[in-house]
Amino acid sequence: MAELIDLVLLGMLAITALRIIFLKDLFAVVMLFGIYSFLSALIFVNLDAVDVAFTEAAVGAGIATVLMLGTLALTGRKEKANSHTALLPLLVVIVTGAALIYGTLDMPPFGDPENPANQHVAPRYIEESPQEVGLPNMVTSVLASYRAFDTLGETAVVFAAAIGVLSLLGLPKQSQATIESGLKSHLVLRVVAKLIIPLILVFALYVQFHGDYGPGGGFQAGVIAAAAIILYALVFGLPLATQVIQPKLLKILASMGVLIYAATGVAGLFFGGNFLDYNVLASDPVAGQHIGIIVIEFGIGVTVFAAILSIFYGFASQAERANIQ
Amino acid sequence: MSFIVDYYNYWIVVFLMMAGFYIVISANNLVKKVVGLNIFQTSVFIMYISIGKVSGGSAPILADGITSYSNPLPHVLILTAIVVGVATTAVGLALIVRIKRAYGTVEENEFKDKDALI
Amino acid sequence: MFAQHFPVLPIVLPLIGAPVCMLLARSQLAWLFATLISGFSFFISIVLLLTTLDQGVLSYALGGWEPPWGIEMRVDVANALVLSVVTGLSTLVLVYAKQSIDKEIDRNQHTLFYTAHLLCLAGLSGILSTGDAFNLFVFLEISSLATYTLVSLASDRRALTAAFRYLVMGTIGATFILIGVGMMYMKTGTLNMLDLAARIAEYDSNRTLNTGLAFILIGVSIKLALFPLHMWLPPAYTHAPSAVSAFLAGTATKVAVYVMVRFIFTIYGAEYVFHEMGMDVILLVLAIVAIFNCSFVATVQSNVKTMLAYSSVAQIGYMILGISLVTSAGLMAGLLHIFNHALMKGALFMAVGAVLFRTGSADIKAYYGLGKRMPLTMAAFTIAGLSIIGVPLTAGFVSKWYLVTAALEQQHWLIAFLILTGSLLAIVYIGRVLEVAYFKEPADPTDTTIKEAPVLMLIPMWILVLANIYFGIDTSLSVSAADAASKWLFQPAADLGAVR
Repeated sequence: MAELIDLVLLGMLAITALRIIFLKDLFAVVMLFGIYSFLSALIFVNLDAVDVAFTEAAVGAGIATVLMLGTLALTGRKEKANSHTALLPLLVVIVTGAALIYGTLDMPPFGDPENPANQHVAPRYIEESPQEVGLPNMVTSVLASYRAFDTLGETAVVFAAAIGVLSLLGLPKQSQATIESGLKSHLVLRVVAKLIIPLILVFALYVQFHGDYGPGGGFQAGVIAAAAIILYALVFGLPLATQVIQPKLLKILASMGVLIYAATGVAGLFFGGNFLDYNVLASDPVAGQHIGIIVIEFGIGVTVFAAILSIFYGFASQAERANIQ
Repeated sequence: MSFIVDYYNYWIVVFLMMAGFYIVISANNLVKKVVGLNIFQTSVFIMYISIGKVSGGSAPILADGITSYSNPLPHVLILTAIVVGVATTAVGLALIVRIKRAYGTVEENEFKDKDALI
Repeated sequence: MFAQHFPVLPIVLPLIGAPVCMLLARSQLAWLFATLISGFSFFISIVLLLTTLDQGVLSYALGGWEPPWGIEMRVDVANALVLSVVTGLSTLVLVYAKQSIDKEIDRNQHTLFYTAHLLCLAGLSGILSTGDAFNLFVFLEISSLATYTLVSLASDRRALTAAFRYLVMGTIGATFILIGVGMMYMKTGTLNMLDLAARIAEYDSNRTLNTGLAFILIGVSIKLALFPLHMWLPPAYTHAPSAVSAFLAGTATKVAVYVMVRFIFTIYGAEYVFHEMGMDVILLVLAIVAIFNCSFVATVQSNVKTMLAYSSVAQIGYMILGISLVTSAGLMAGLLHIFNHALMKGALFMAVGAVLFRTGSADIKAYYGLGKRMPLTMAAFTIAGLSIIGVPLTAGFVSKWYLVTAALEQQHWLIAFLILTGSLLAIVYIGRVLEVAYFKEPADPTDTTIKEAPVLMLIPMWILVLANIYFGIDTSLSVSAADAASKWLFQPAADLGAVR
């Protein structure tokens, strides 16, 4: 059954991808990309990767699509006809694809529990992490403890992206509420948004602290919290949003999150362990793991929230600027 | 027949990857290039998650009565990779916005012509 | 107390330094802080290099989880050497950057520059030290994202398109690497490099593993700008701020060369890559084409920065050439050239940046008569340029010498001849600049604004120039380190785990 669903979803992905190639209307291209992203999130659920599905839906279908639409608002929605020939790209793609198909021929069969990938390193995560780290969600254990250095790097990548967008687009200046923006005339939308935003924020907190037991964690929580403010900015206008969360504060928050994470790692050094060793943080190793994971997940949440929101501010301030002109 | 059952998943994924790759290298419009990059990367993510799937397994969250779990490691890797992907997308789109402001166009061949004039 | 943590510090220090830098907000303070952090990382790298020369390999388990379950940092002579080059050059460039970016980057973006620089440094150190194939991808992306930002900080609008092109190519490269790592994981169930090596050795020849290697090599080749995948590099180096060009030219592509070495020698094993798959011939041909094609293109550029960028692609050709000879001597020459090239290209880009600082142009017309007006800068350019050509008593001579010797050792007369001919082209493109600087009169002799570069730019430039001369005369340190590194890499991949 799972295989059948998988096949159907993959088929839909293939159709979506093909459609994107030939469409010239960029707005439709971006919307189709959002669909592509949602479909892959479904595939991830079907393949038991619930954490990944959560992230893909929030990031790929959510944030990435919003940013793409924001860009289109500034650059125009029509793609001009391609003047150069598409023969060379086609050739490159066919050769690369053929190489990949050749590579699949010695791959282990799909779904087989005896595959090398499921045999060597992974069994320890499945069998021992609930005792060693003390969390039921193995993905969180691996993410935040066994491979915590990857995740520190990931937080740094988000921080780097915020630096990049900040340097390119800058941040909006505070409180220029003189400009008419937002959707002032849509009363229903305003009321619903006011109702829904607190709920989204509470949900973000839930996702933040429930990541140890179910799907979720700092990253998803940060994205959801940022989405709440983004919704606020879309409905009530950027100037009001920048009064709620000031752009200057975001810079500090984005830095603080990375520092919280790294400081947890450094704390391990002072207690006689290696960098990012949580066992030494408390007298009982499992309690130490728990402290460590909660603190670093908080750090991730803070950086991701601040980074995503400042990236959105960057794009939105450009849009306002374009509107004034 | 078992040959196809074993590999159909990877073959479709290869097709998806190549569709994304084709958009990246053939598109003239920069926004479409970024969309292509995203499709390329998302398809690679599906490949990774396929590696970790165990038939009859369930999501790697400890629960009573479940004995077979899918492999959590590819999930962790792809969580990281998704974040890296969106970070790159954000910087890429920010560059596009600035390019539009500086050149007045986001079609690759058009700003190449404009630079030639300098 | 902290000595055991040294393998991780060159990464963690700049990684913590970057957000602190952001919080400092004042340009002067951020500069001082970033320079100190970078200098301290350099100090630690040197200690690491000396320790590994003495004791062999250092392994550090992040989070206390033993590999392959946790992530491991693995520092040996080879990456400690490149790490020293990267952190050392980073420190010098930061000293140099203070006045250079004052002129080239908008004032309220200075902190962003230093933050991005530190992130880039952290990423590069991470790529070098990590012993985990996926961790390498993460650090690769940190350094790449920081690099796109650094390039786009320049005020020229062409920097934007250059950065975008770099971003697209870089992301394609990173995704290729991701595909390759996935294929390796699929067949082995591990991501730890040492563990990968042991498990890959169990397979004779495997289509999935071969394809994985091919994708990794192509991905890395994009990152190291191997001909014909180099087209993103010249515009990026031309339009980036001078300090950024100086840093990137000496480090970013060299780190990618090291990654290639690492995948070939310590994971798949030279035997597998070169004899089973015949990669040596492909690399050799591409390297030679890169040397000639790009050196030749360099001779016709009117922008001196573009000229140096093409020269960099050609010099990468020499490194790959050394690797593709498949001997310990060839690999040693390649590694030595990584070290020496950082010295000379760093100095050259700094000199060009100094000229840009005073004249506001990187065009060759700006160099007319500069020999008299900026004597120290042009002297630095001359000596570093001679080093690129490979004149005796400079560092460049040493690496060319070992490269030619390595080729002759294998009776490859033609290759040795081609290496020497390639140097002739370097004489042409360096010579053009020297000619106008010393033998032409300035376009506007009355212009008094053009004078010698500021001291803070001259000091790091001349440190590199003197290093070029020092390592051209006393080769004991650089040669012995490169020699130890190549011997270390050239032992059978399975033996690398013996020293733990």
